[in-house]
Amino acid sequence: MRTPSWVPILYVGPAAAIMAAACLYPVISALQLGLYDWSMGTPWSAARWVGLDAFAAAFSNPRVWSSLWTTLLFAGVCVTAEMLLGIALALALERPVRGTAVFRTLFILPMMIAPIAVGLAWRYMFDAQFGLINAVLGLLRIAPMTWLADPTLAFAAIVIADVWQWTPFVFIMMVAALANVDSAVIEASRIDGANWWQMTTLVKLPMIAHVIAITLMMRLVDAFRVLEVIYVLTFGGPGDSTEILALHIYKTAFVGQQLGVAAAISVLLLVVVAALSWIALRISNPLDNEK
Amino acid sequence: MKRSPLLAAAHYAMLVGLAVLCIAPIAVIFATSLRQQVDIFAEPLNFIFTPTLENYRAVLQEDKFDRYLYNSLFVGLISTAATLVLGCMAAYGLARFRFPGRRTLAYTTLLLRTVPLAVMAIPVFLIWNEWHLVNSLWGLILLYVAVNLPFTIWLLYGFVLQVPVELEEAAAIDGCGPLRVFTKVLLPLMAPGLAAASIFTFRIAWNEFILALVLTDRHSRTLPVAASLFVTDMGVDWGRVMAMGSLIAIPPLIFTFVAARQIITGLTAGAVKG
Repeated sequence: MRTPSWVPILYVGPAAAIMAAACLYPVISALQLGLYDWSMGTPWSAARWVGLDAFAAAFSNPRVWSSLWTTLLFAGVCVTAEMLLGIALALALERPVRGTAVFRTLFILPMMIAPIAVGLAWRYMFDAQFGLINAVLGLLRIAPMTWLADPTLAFAAIVIADVWQWTPFVFIMMVAALANVDSAVIEASRIDGANWWQMTTLVKLPMIAHVIAITLMMRLVDAFRVLEVIYVLTFGGPGDSTEILALHIYKTAFVGQQLGVAAAISVLLLVVVAALSWIALRISNPLDNEK
Repeated sequence: MKRSPLLAAAHYAMLVGLAVLCIAPIAVIFATSLRQQVDIFAEPLNFIFTPTLENYRAVLQEDKFDRYLYNSLFVGLISTAATLVLGCMAAYGLARFRFPGRRTLAYTTLLLRTVPLAVMAIPVFLIWNEWHLVNSLWGLILLYVAVNLPFTIWLLYGFVLQVPVELEEAAAIDGCGPLRVFTKVLLPLMAPGLAAASIFTFRIAWNEFILALVLTDRHSRTLPVAASLFVTDMGVDWGRVMAMGSLIAIPPLIFTFVAARQIITGLTAGAVKG
Protein backbone atom coordinates (compact mmCIF):
# COMPACT_ATOMS: atom_id res chain seq x y z
CA MET A 1 0.00 0.00 0.00
CA ARG A 2 1.51 3.34 -1.02
CA THR A 3 0.99 6.32 1.21
CA PRO A 4 0.06 9.54 -0.56
CA SER A 5 2.87 12.10 -0.20
CA TRP A 6 0.73 14.53 1.77
CA VAL A 7 0.10 12.11 4.63
CA PRO A 8 3.48 12.57 6.41
CA ILE A 9 2.99 16.35 6.22
CA LEU A 10 -0.28 15.92 8.05
CA TYR A 11 1.56 14.25 10.94
CA VAL A 12 4.77 16.27 11.21
CA GLY A 13 3.52 19.56 9.75
CA PRO A 14 1.89 21.15 12.82
CA ALA A 15 4.81 20.41 15.17
CA ALA A 16 7.35 21.46 12.53
CA ALA A 17 5.49 24.73 11.92
CA ILE A 18 5.37 25.60 15.64
CA MET A 19 9.04 24.74 16.19
CA ALA A 20 9.99 26.77 13.11
CA ALA A 21 7.96 29.82 14.12
CA ALA A 22 8.55 29.91 17.87
CA CYS A 23 11.96 28.30 18.29
CA LEU A 24 14.00 28.29 15.08
CA TYR A 25 12.88 31.75 13.96
CA PRO A 26 13.82 33.38 17.33
CA VAL A 27 17.23 31.69 17.23
CA ILE A 28 17.87 33.01 13.72
CA SER A 29 16.62 36.43 14.83
CA ALA A 30 19.19 36.39 17.64
CA LEU A 31 21.89 36.24 14.95
CA GLN A 32 20.26 39.12 13.10
CA LEU A 33 19.64 41.23 16.25
CA GLY A 34 23.37 41.39 16.86
CA LEU A 35 23.72 43.48 13.69
CA TYR A 36 21.23 46.16 14.77
CA ASP A 37 20.96 48.82 17.42
CA TRP A 38 17.48 48.36 18.81
CA SER A 39 15.99 49.53 22.11
CA MET A 40 13.25 47.78 23.96
CA GLY A 41 9.87 49.46 23.64
CA THR A 42 10.62 50.91 20.20
CA PRO A 43 9.31 49.35 16.99
CA TRP A 44 11.69 47.12 15.07
CA SER A 45 11.47 49.50 12.06
CA ALA A 46 13.32 52.11 14.17
CA ALA A 47 16.31 49.77 14.62
CA ARG A 48 19.57 50.99 13.10
CA TRP A 49 22.00 48.77 11.19
CA VAL A 50 25.38 48.81 12.92
CA GLY A 51 27.11 45.90 11.26
CA LEU A 52 29.52 44.00 13.45
CA ASP A 53 29.85 46.72 16.13
CA ALA A 54 28.02 44.67 18.75
CA PHE A 55 30.11 41.61 18.00
CA ALA A 56 33.29 43.69 18.29
CA ALA A 57 32.06 45.15 21.60
CA ALA A 58 31.11 41.71 22.93
CA PHE A 59 34.27 39.89 21.94
CA SER A 60 36.64 42.62 23.15
CA ASN A 61 35.04 42.49 26.60
CA PRO A 62 37.16 40.33 28.93
CA ARG A 63 34.08 39.64 31.07
CA VAL A 64 32.53 37.74 28.17
CA TRP A 65 35.56 35.47 27.96
CA SER A 66 35.76 34.97 31.71
CA SER A 67 32.06 34.16 31.63
CA LEU A 68 32.63 31.62 28.85
CA TRP A 69 35.35 30.05 31.00
CA THR A 70 33.00 29.95 34.01
CA THR A 71 30.38 28.26 31.83
CA LEU A 72 32.78 25.62 30.51
CA LEU A 73 34.15 24.98 34.00
CA PHE A 74 30.65 24.76 35.48
CA ALA A 75 29.46 22.33 32.80
CA GLY A 76 32.65 20.27 32.99
CA VAL A 77 32.71 19.96 36.77
CA CYS A 78 28.96 19.37 37.17
CA VAL A 79 28.67 16.77 34.43
CA THR A 80 31.81 14.91 35.50
CA ALA A 81 30.66 14.79 39.13
CA GLU A 82 27.11 13.78 38.19
CA MET A 83 28.24 11.02 35.84
CA LEU A 84 30.85 9.55 38.23
CA LEU A 85 28.53 9.72 41.25
CA GLY A 86 25.53 8.44 39.30
CA ILE A 87 27.42 5.48 37.82
CA ALA A 88 29.13 4.61 41.12
CA LEU A 89 25.87 4.69 43.05
CA ALA A 90 24.10 2.67 40.37
CA LEU A 91 26.81 -0.02 40.49
CA ALA A 92 26.59 -0.14 44.28
CA LEU A 93 22.80 -0.14 44.43
CA GLU A 94 21.67 -1.82 41.21
CA ARG A 95 20.26 -4.89 42.98
CA PRO A 96 16.52 -4.37 43.61
CA VAL A 97 15.56 -4.51 47.27
CA ARG A 98 12.23 -4.17 49.00
CA GLY A 99 11.12 -0.56 48.68
CA THR A 100 13.18 0.17 45.56
CA ALA A 101 10.20 1.84 43.90
CA VAL A 102 9.75 4.19 46.86
CA PHE A 103 13.41 5.21 46.80
CA ARG A 104 13.36 5.84 43.05
CA THR A 105 10.29 8.02 43.44
CA LEU A 106 12.09 10.07 46.09
CA PHE A 107 15.15 10.35 43.83
CA ILE A 108 13.25 12.03 40.99
CA LEU A 109 11.70 14.67 43.25
CA PRO A 110 14.64 17.13 43.02
CA MET A 111 14.05 17.45 39.26
CA MET A 112 10.42 18.42 39.76
CA ILE A 113 10.80 21.36 42.16
CA ALA A 114 10.59 24.85 40.63
CA PRO A 115 14.09 26.28 39.97
CA ILE A 116 13.19 29.42 41.86
CA ALA A 117 12.44 27.36 44.97
CA VAL A 118 15.55 25.20 44.47
CA GLY A 119 17.79 28.26 44.10
CA LEU A 120 16.30 29.89 47.18
CA ALA A 121 16.45 26.73 49.27
CA TRP A 122 20.17 26.47 48.59
CA ARG A 123 20.67 30.20 49.14
CA TYR A 124 19.02 29.84 52.53
CA MET A 125 21.02 26.71 53.39
CA PHE A 126 24.31 28.29 52.31
CA ASP A 127 23.68 31.44 54.32
CA ALA A 128 26.71 32.20 56.48
CA GLN A 129 24.76 33.16 59.61
CA PHE A 130 21.53 31.17 59.74
CA GLY A 131 22.17 28.49 57.11
CA LEU A 132 21.73 24.76 57.62
CA ILE A 133 25.07 23.87 56.02
CA ASN A 134 27.18 25.89 58.42
CA ALA A 135 25.08 24.52 61.28
CA VAL A 136 25.84 20.95 60.18
CA LEU A 137 29.52 21.80 59.68
CA GLY A 138 29.47 23.30 63.19
CA LEU A 139 28.37 19.94 64.59
CA LEU A 140 31.47 18.47 62.93
CA ARG A 141 33.57 21.22 64.55
CA ILE A 142 34.24 22.90 61.20
CA ALA A 143 34.32 26.70 61.31
CA PRO A 144 31.45 28.47 59.50
CA MET A 145 32.19 29.58 55.94
CA THR A 146 30.90 32.58 54.02
CA TRP A 147 29.72 30.42 51.13
CA LEU A 148 28.09 32.96 48.89
CA ALA A 149 30.54 35.81 49.59
CA ASP A 150 33.64 33.90 48.51
CA PRO A 151 34.22 33.41 44.74
CA THR A 152 35.48 29.82 45.01
CA LEU A 153 32.89 28.72 47.57
CA ALA A 154 30.08 30.39 45.60
CA PHE A 155 31.16 28.45 42.53
CA ALA A 156 31.15 25.29 44.64
CA ALA A 157 27.65 26.23 45.80
CA ILE A 158 26.19 26.41 42.27
CA VAL A 159 27.91 23.13 41.42
CA ILE A 160 26.51 21.45 44.54
CA ALA A 161 22.99 22.66 43.74
CA ASP A 162 23.21 21.29 40.19
CA VAL A 163 24.77 18.00 41.32
CA TRP A 164 21.99 17.63 43.89
CA GLN A 165 19.29 18.19 41.29
CA TRP A 166 20.65 16.03 38.46
CA THR A 167 22.74 13.17 39.89
CA PRO A 168 19.53 11.23 40.61
CA PHE A 169 18.68 11.45 36.91
CA VAL A 170 22.01 9.86 35.95
CA PHE A 171 21.53 7.25 38.69
CA ILE A 172 18.09 6.23 37.42
CA MET A 173 19.30 6.00 33.81
CA MET A 174 22.24 3.84 34.86
CA VAL A 175 20.18 1.51 37.06
CA ALA A 176 17.78 0.97 34.14
CA ALA A 177 20.68 0.28 31.80
CA LEU A 178 22.30 -2.19 34.22
CA ALA A 179 18.99 -3.98 34.73
CA ASN A 180 18.84 -4.46 30.97
CA VAL A 181 22.23 -6.17 30.72
CA ASP A 182 21.76 -9.81 29.79
CA SER A 183 22.22 -11.79 33.02
CA ALA A 184 23.64 -14.74 31.03
CA VAL A 185 26.65 -12.59 30.13
CA ILE A 186 27.21 -11.70 33.78
CA GLU A 187 26.86 -15.37 34.74
CA ALA A 188 29.34 -16.41 32.03
CA SER A 189 31.93 -13.93 33.27
CA ARG A 190 31.39 -15.18 36.81
CA ILE A 191 32.02 -18.77 35.69
CA ASP A 192 35.17 -17.56 33.90
CA GLY A 193 36.35 -16.36 37.30
CA ALA A 194 36.03 -12.62 36.86
CA ASN A 195 36.12 -10.68 40.11
CA TRP A 196 33.80 -7.75 40.85
CA TRP A 197 36.15 -5.13 39.43
CA GLN A 198 36.80 -7.08 36.22
CA MET A 199 33.12 -7.76 35.80
CA THR A 200 32.31 -4.09 36.21
CA THR A 201 34.98 -2.57 33.98
CA LEU A 202 35.19 -5.29 31.33
CA VAL A 203 31.58 -6.46 31.09
CA LYS A 204 28.97 -4.19 32.64
CA LEU A 205 30.29 -0.74 31.74
CA PRO A 206 31.07 -1.60 28.09
CA MET A 207 27.60 -3.12 27.75
CA ILE A 208 25.90 0.07 28.92
CA ALA A 209 28.30 2.38 27.06
CA HIS A 210 25.63 3.68 24.68
CA VAL A 211 23.34 4.65 27.57
CA ILE A 212 26.27 6.37 29.28
CA ALA A 213 26.92 8.31 26.06
CA ILE A 214 23.30 9.42 25.68
CA THR A 215 23.01 10.42 29.34
CA LEU A 216 26.31 12.30 29.15
CA MET A 217 25.12 14.28 26.13
CA MET A 218 21.77 15.10 27.75
CA ARG A 219 23.48 16.36 30.88
CA LEU A 220 26.15 18.29 28.98
CA VAL A 221 23.64 20.11 26.79
CA ASP A 222 21.48 20.92 29.81
CA ALA A 223 24.46 22.18 31.81
CA PHE A 224 24.82 24.94 29.21
CA ARG A 225 21.13 25.79 29.56
CA VAL A 226 21.16 26.28 33.34
CA LEU A 227 20.07 29.77 34.29
CA GLU A 228 17.23 30.01 36.76
CA VAL A 229 18.79 28.30 39.79
CA ILE A 230 21.95 30.42 39.52
CA TYR A 231 19.82 33.53 38.91
CA VAL A 232 18.28 33.21 42.38
CA LEU A 233 21.16 31.49 44.17
CA THR A 234 24.00 33.95 43.42
CA PHE A 235 22.85 36.18 40.51
CA GLY A 236 26.38 35.67 39.18
CA GLY A 237 28.16 36.97 42.27
CA PRO A 238 30.25 37.64 44.16
CA GLY A 239 31.83 39.76 41.44
CA ASP A 240 31.36 37.69 38.30
CA SER A 241 32.60 34.42 39.82
CA THR A 242 29.40 32.47 39.07
CA GLU A 243 28.26 34.44 36.04
CA ILE A 244 27.69 31.75 33.41
CA LEU A 245 27.08 32.92 29.83
CA ALA A 246 23.30 32.46 29.98
CA LEU A 247 23.15 34.79 32.99
CA HIS A 248 25.61 37.21 31.39
CA ILE A 249 23.33 37.41 28.34
CA TYR A 250 20.29 38.00 30.52
CA LYS A 251 22.02 40.76 32.51
CA THR A 252 23.43 42.46 29.41
CA ALA A 253 19.99 42.48 27.79
CA PHE A 254 17.61 43.20 30.62
CA VAL A 255 19.75 44.97 33.22
CA GLY A 256 22.26 46.73 30.95
CA GLN A 257 19.73 47.23 28.12
CA GLN A 258 22.40 46.42 25.52
CA LEU A 259 20.31 44.15 23.34
CA GLY A 260 22.66 44.04 20.35
CA VAL A 261 25.64 43.06 22.50
CA ALA A 262 23.56 40.46 24.34
CA ALA A 263 22.48 39.01 21.00
CA ALA A 264 26.11 38.85 19.89
CA ILE A 265 27.05 36.93 23.06
CA SER A 266 24.07 34.64 22.40
CA VAL A 267 25.70 33.72 19.12
CA LEU A 268 28.85 32.74 20.99
CA LEU A 269 26.87 30.50 23.35
CA LEU A 270 24.96 28.99 20.41
CA VAL A 271 28.20 28.21 18.60
CA VAL A 272 29.60 26.41 21.66
CA VAL A 273 26.43 24.36 22.17
CA ALA A 274 25.99 23.68 18.44
CA ALA A 275 29.58 22.43 18.17
CA LEU A 276 28.97 20.02 21.04
CA SER A 277 25.68 18.83 19.56
CA TRP A 278 27.22 18.39 16.14
CA ILE A 279 29.84 16.10 17.59
CA ALA A 280 27.13 14.15 19.40
CA LEU A 281 24.94 13.85 16.30
CA ARG A 282 27.93 12.63 14.30
CA ILE A 283 28.23 9.83 16.83
CA SER A 284 24.54 8.95 16.71
CA ASN A 285 21.24 10.58 15.87
CA PRO A 286 18.44 8.96 17.84
CA LEU A 287 15.82 10.35 15.42
CA ASP A 288 17.46 8.60 12.48
CA ASN A 289 16.92 4.85 12.17
CA GLU A 290 17.73 4.38 8.48
CA LYS A 291 21.12 2.84 8.97
CA MET B 1 22.75 -15.81 45.57
CA LYS B 2 22.31 -14.82 49.18
CA ARG B 3 23.95 -11.73 50.53
CA SER B 4 25.30 -11.27 54.00
CA PRO B 5 22.89 -9.30 56.21
CA LEU B 6 25.66 -6.77 56.80
CA LEU B 7 25.84 -5.97 53.09
CA ALA B 8 22.07 -5.70 52.87
CA ALA B 9 22.05 -3.32 55.83
CA ALA B 10 24.75 -1.18 54.23
CA HIS B 11 22.71 -1.13 51.01
CA TYR B 12 19.65 0.15 52.86
CA ALA B 13 21.69 2.65 54.84
CA MET B 14 23.07 4.12 51.59
CA LEU B 15 19.63 4.30 50.01
CA VAL B 16 18.20 6.04 53.06
CA GLY B 17 21.15 8.44 53.18
CA LEU B 18 20.67 9.36 49.52
CA ALA B 19 16.94 9.79 50.01
CA VAL B 20 17.62 12.15 52.92
CA LEU B 21 20.02 14.17 50.77
CA CYS B 22 17.43 14.37 47.99
CA ILE B 23 14.69 15.48 50.30
CA ALA B 24 16.57 17.79 52.67
CA PRO B 25 16.41 20.93 50.49
CA ILE B 26 12.74 20.26 49.74
CA ALA B 27 12.12 19.88 53.47
CA VAL B 28 13.95 23.18 54.02
CA ILE B 29 11.58 24.92 51.59
CA PHE B 30 8.57 23.55 53.45
CA ALA B 31 9.98 24.09 56.96
CA THR B 32 10.96 27.69 56.19
CA SER B 33 7.47 28.39 54.90
CA LEU B 34 6.16 27.47 58.38
CA ARG B 35 8.59 29.71 60.24
CA GLN B 36 7.99 33.12 61.65
CA GLN B 37 10.30 35.94 60.67
CA VAL B 38 12.16 35.73 64.01
CA ASP B 39 12.81 32.00 63.55
CA ILE B 40 14.03 32.42 59.98
CA PHE B 41 16.82 34.72 61.08
CA ALA B 42 17.57 32.81 64.28
CA GLU B 43 21.24 32.32 65.09
CA PRO B 44 22.24 29.59 65.51
CA LEU B 45 19.70 27.73 63.43
CA ASN B 46 16.89 26.39 65.59
CA PHE B 47 15.51 23.07 64.45
CA ILE B 48 12.59 23.31 66.82
CA PHE B 49 10.17 26.17 66.34
CA THR B 50 6.48 26.93 66.61
CA PRO B 51 5.01 26.50 63.14
CA THR B 52 2.81 29.23 61.75
CA LEU B 53 0.54 29.44 58.73
CA GLU B 54 1.01 33.20 58.66
CA ASN B 55 3.16 33.08 55.48
CA TYR B 56 0.51 31.06 53.63
CA ARG B 57 -2.23 33.43 54.80
CA ALA B 58 -0.22 36.39 53.52
CA VAL B 59 0.51 34.76 50.17
CA LEU B 60 -3.04 33.53 49.61
CA GLN B 61 -4.53 36.88 50.51
CA GLU B 62 -2.29 38.64 48.05
CA ASP B 63 -4.90 40.40 45.90
CA LYS B 64 -3.95 38.57 42.70
CA PHE B 65 -3.01 35.08 43.94
CA ASP B 66 -6.04 33.36 42.42
CA ARG B 67 -5.40 35.17 39.15
CA TYR B 68 -1.78 33.93 39.04
CA LEU B 69 -2.86 30.42 39.99
CA TYR B 70 -5.37 30.44 37.14
CA ASN B 71 -2.68 31.74 34.72
CA SER B 72 -0.24 29.04 35.80
CA LEU B 73 -2.79 26.25 35.50
CA PHE B 74 -4.01 27.51 32.13
CA VAL B 75 -0.49 27.82 30.71
CA GLY B 76 0.76 24.57 32.28
CA LEU B 77 -2.16 22.36 31.25
CA ILE B 78 -2.69 23.70 27.73
CA SER B 79 1.05 23.71 26.94
CA THR B 80 1.36 20.11 28.13
CA ALA B 81 -1.71 18.89 26.25
CA ALA B 82 -0.73 20.65 23.02
CA THR B 83 2.88 19.44 23.24
CA LEU B 84 1.74 15.84 23.75
CA VAL B 85 -0.73 15.84 20.86
CA LEU B 86 1.61 17.56 18.39
CA GLY B 87 4.62 15.59 19.65
CA CYS B 88 2.80 12.26 19.24
CA MET B 89 1.80 13.11 15.69
CA ALA B 90 5.30 14.24 14.74
CA ALA B 91 6.98 11.25 16.39
CA TYR B 92 4.62 8.93 14.54
CA GLY B 93 5.23 10.70 11.24
CA LEU B 94 9.01 10.56 11.67
CA ALA B 95 9.01 6.91 12.73
CA ARG B 96 6.57 5.52 10.15
CA PHE B 97 7.16 7.46 6.93
CA ARG B 98 10.09 8.21 4.65
CA PHE B 99 9.60 11.61 3.03
CA PRO B 100 11.76 14.36 1.54
CA GLY B 101 13.18 16.61 4.25
CA ARG B 102 12.83 13.95 6.94
CA ARG B 103 16.52 14.00 7.85
CA THR B 104 16.63 17.79 7.95
CA LEU B 105 13.61 17.79 10.25
CA ALA B 106 15.17 15.14 12.51
CA TYR B 107 18.47 16.98 12.81
CA THR B 108 16.88 20.41 13.30
CA THR B 109 14.58 19.04 15.99
CA LEU B 110 17.51 17.65 17.96
CA LEU B 111 19.54 20.82 17.56
CA LEU B 112 16.62 22.91 18.84
CA ARG B 113 16.59 20.74 21.97
CA THR B 114 20.00 22.21 22.82
CA VAL B 115 19.15 25.93 22.50
CA PRO B 116 19.52 27.71 25.86
CA LEU B 117 16.39 29.65 26.82
CA ALA B 118 18.53 32.70 27.64
CA VAL B 119 19.42 32.95 23.94
CA MET B 120 15.73 33.08 23.08
CA ALA B 121 14.74 35.74 25.62
CA ILE B 122 15.68 38.80 23.55
CA PRO B 123 14.40 37.73 20.11
CA VAL B 124 11.26 36.26 21.61
CA PHE B 125 10.54 39.54 23.36
CA LEU B 126 10.92 41.39 20.04
CA ILE B 127 8.96 38.91 17.92
CA TRP B 128 6.15 38.42 20.43
CA ASN B 129 5.81 42.22 20.49
CA GLU B 130 5.37 42.29 16.72
CA TRP B 131 2.88 39.42 16.89
CA HIS B 132 0.98 41.05 19.81
CA LEU B 133 1.62 38.04 22.03
CA VAL B 134 3.34 39.89 24.90
CA ASN B 135 1.29 39.90 28.13
CA SER B 136 -0.88 37.15 26.70
CA LEU B 137 -1.10 33.65 28.12
CA TRP B 138 -1.22 32.28 24.57
CA GLY B 139 2.16 33.85 23.92
CA LEU B 140 3.64 31.86 26.81
CA ILE B 141 1.87 28.70 25.66
CA LEU B 142 3.24 29.04 22.11
CA LEU B 143 6.75 29.44 23.51
CA TYR B 144 6.53 26.51 25.93
CA VAL B 145 5.06 24.19 23.29
CA ALA B 146 7.82 25.11 20.84
CA VAL B 147 10.69 24.57 23.31
CA ASN B 148 9.26 21.31 24.67
CA LEU B 149 8.41 19.68 21.35
CA PRO B 150 11.98 18.56 20.49
CA PHE B 151 12.40 16.52 23.69
CA THR B 152 8.86 15.12 23.48
CA ILE B 153 9.31 14.06 19.85
CA TRP B 154 12.66 12.45 20.65
CA LEU B 155 11.21 10.55 23.61
CA LEU B 156 8.04 9.36 21.86
CA TYR B 157 9.85 8.46 18.62
CA GLY B 158 11.56 5.58 20.41
CA PHE B 159 8.22 4.31 21.69
CA VAL B 160 6.57 4.37 18.25
CA LEU B 161 9.51 2.39 16.85
CA GLN B 162 8.94 -0.32 19.49
CA VAL B 163 5.41 -0.95 18.22
CA PRO B 164 5.45 -3.42 15.30
CA VAL B 165 3.80 -2.02 12.17
CA GLU B 166 2.09 -5.40 11.74
CA LEU B 167 0.08 -4.71 14.88
CA GLU B 168 -1.29 -1.53 13.36
CA GLU B 169 -1.98 -3.23 10.04
CA ALA B 170 -3.86 -6.02 11.78
CA ALA B 171 -6.03 -3.50 13.61
CA ALA B 172 -6.65 -1.67 10.33
CA ILE B 173 -7.69 -4.89 8.61
CA ASP B 174 -10.06 -5.55 11.50
CA GLY B 175 -11.77 -2.31 10.49
CA CYS B 176 -10.20 0.23 12.84
CA GLY B 177 -9.87 3.77 11.46
CA PRO B 178 -6.56 5.63 11.92
CA LEU B 179 -7.77 7.28 15.14
CA ARG B 180 -8.91 3.97 16.64
CA VAL B 181 -5.64 2.30 15.62
CA PHE B 182 -3.86 5.05 17.48
CA THR B 183 -5.97 4.95 20.65
CA LYS B 184 -6.31 1.14 20.82
CA VAL B 185 -2.89 -0.02 19.65
CA LEU B 186 -0.29 2.73 20.01
CA LEU B 187 -1.51 4.70 23.01
CA PRO B 188 -1.42 1.86 25.58
CA LEU B 189 2.10 0.88 24.51
CA MET B 190 3.30 4.47 24.63
CA ALA B 191 1.87 5.24 28.09
CA PRO B 192 5.23 5.45 29.94
CA GLY B 193 6.67 7.71 27.25
CA LEU B 194 3.61 9.95 27.45
CA ALA B 195 3.90 10.12 31.26
CA ALA B 196 7.58 11.10 31.10
CA ALA B 197 7.00 13.59 28.27
CA SER B 198 4.07 15.20 30.05
CA ILE B 199 5.82 15.67 33.42
CA PHE B 200 8.91 17.08 31.70
CA THR B 201 6.82 19.49 29.65
CA PHE B 202 4.63 20.45 32.59
CA ARG B 203 7.76 20.91 34.72
CA ILE B 204 8.98 23.64 32.33
CA ALA B 205 5.62 25.27 31.61
CA TRP B 206 4.65 25.33 35.30
CA ASN B 207 8.02 26.28 36.86
CA GLU B 208 9.73 28.51 34.27
CA PHE B 209 10.11 32.13 35.35
CA ILE B 210 12.80 33.98 33.36
CA LEU B 211 10.99 34.12 30.01
CA ALA B 212 7.68 34.44 31.81
CA LEU B 213 9.11 37.42 33.70
CA VAL B 214 10.04 39.08 30.41
CA LEU B 215 6.78 38.26 28.62
CA THR B 216 4.10 38.96 31.24
CA ASP B 217 2.63 41.89 33.14
CA ARG B 218 0.75 42.10 36.44
CA HIS B 219 -2.32 40.46 34.91
CA SER B 220 -0.71 37.65 32.95
CA ARG B 221 1.96 36.72 35.52
CA THR B 222 2.39 33.06 36.48
CA LEU B 223 3.04 31.83 40.05
CA PRO B 224 6.85 31.44 39.72
CA VAL B 225 7.09 35.02 38.41
CA ALA B 226 5.01 36.23 41.36
CA ALA B 227 7.31 34.28 43.68
CA SER B 228 10.41 35.79 42.08
CA LEU B 229 9.15 39.25 43.04
CA PHE B 230 9.70 38.38 46.71
CA VAL B 231 13.42 38.39 45.86
CA THR B 232 14.53 42.01 45.71
CA ASP B 233 17.72 44.03 46.04
CA MET B 234 16.64 44.71 49.62
CA GLY B 235 16.70 41.01 50.44
CA VAL B 236 14.42 38.01 50.31
CA ASP B 237 11.06 37.68 51.99
CA TRP B 238 11.95 34.11 52.98
CA GLY B 239 8.75 33.01 54.68
CA ARG B 240 6.48 34.11 51.87
CA VAL B 241 8.63 33.02 48.97
CA MET B 242 9.00 29.57 50.54
CA ALA B 243 5.24 29.37 51.14
CA MET B 244 4.78 30.22 47.48
CA GLY B 245 7.47 27.68 46.54
CA SER B 246 5.72 24.96 48.56
CA LEU B 247 2.38 25.72 46.88
CA ILE B 248 4.01 25.69 43.43
CA ALA B 249 5.59 22.31 44.21
CA ILE B 250 2.26 20.58 44.95
CA PRO B 251 1.02 19.73 41.41
CA PRO B 252 4.32 18.33 40.07
CA LEU B 253 4.83 16.35 43.30
CA ILE B 254 1.35 14.82 43.11
CA PHE B 255 1.92 13.93 39.47
CA THR B 256 5.29 12.39 40.31
CA PHE B 257 3.93 10.29 43.17
CA VAL B 258 1.00 9.04 41.09
CA ALA B 259 3.01 8.17 37.97
CA ALA B 260 6.57 7.61 39.24
CA ARG B 261 6.86 4.11 37.80
CA GLN B 262 5.62 5.19 34.38
CA ILE B 263 7.81 8.31 34.38
CA ILE B 264 10.96 6.36 35.18
CA THR B 265 10.17 3.66 32.62
CA GLY B 266 9.38 6.29 30.01
CA LEU B 267 12.52 8.27 30.69
CA THR B 268 14.86 5.31 30.60
CA ALA B 269 13.25 3.00 28.02
CA GLY B 270 14.16 5.14 25.02
CA ALA B 271 17.83 5.40 25.92
CA VAL B 272 18.19 1.83 27.16
CA LYS B 273 16.56 0.07 24.21
CA GLY B 274 17.51 2.56 21.48
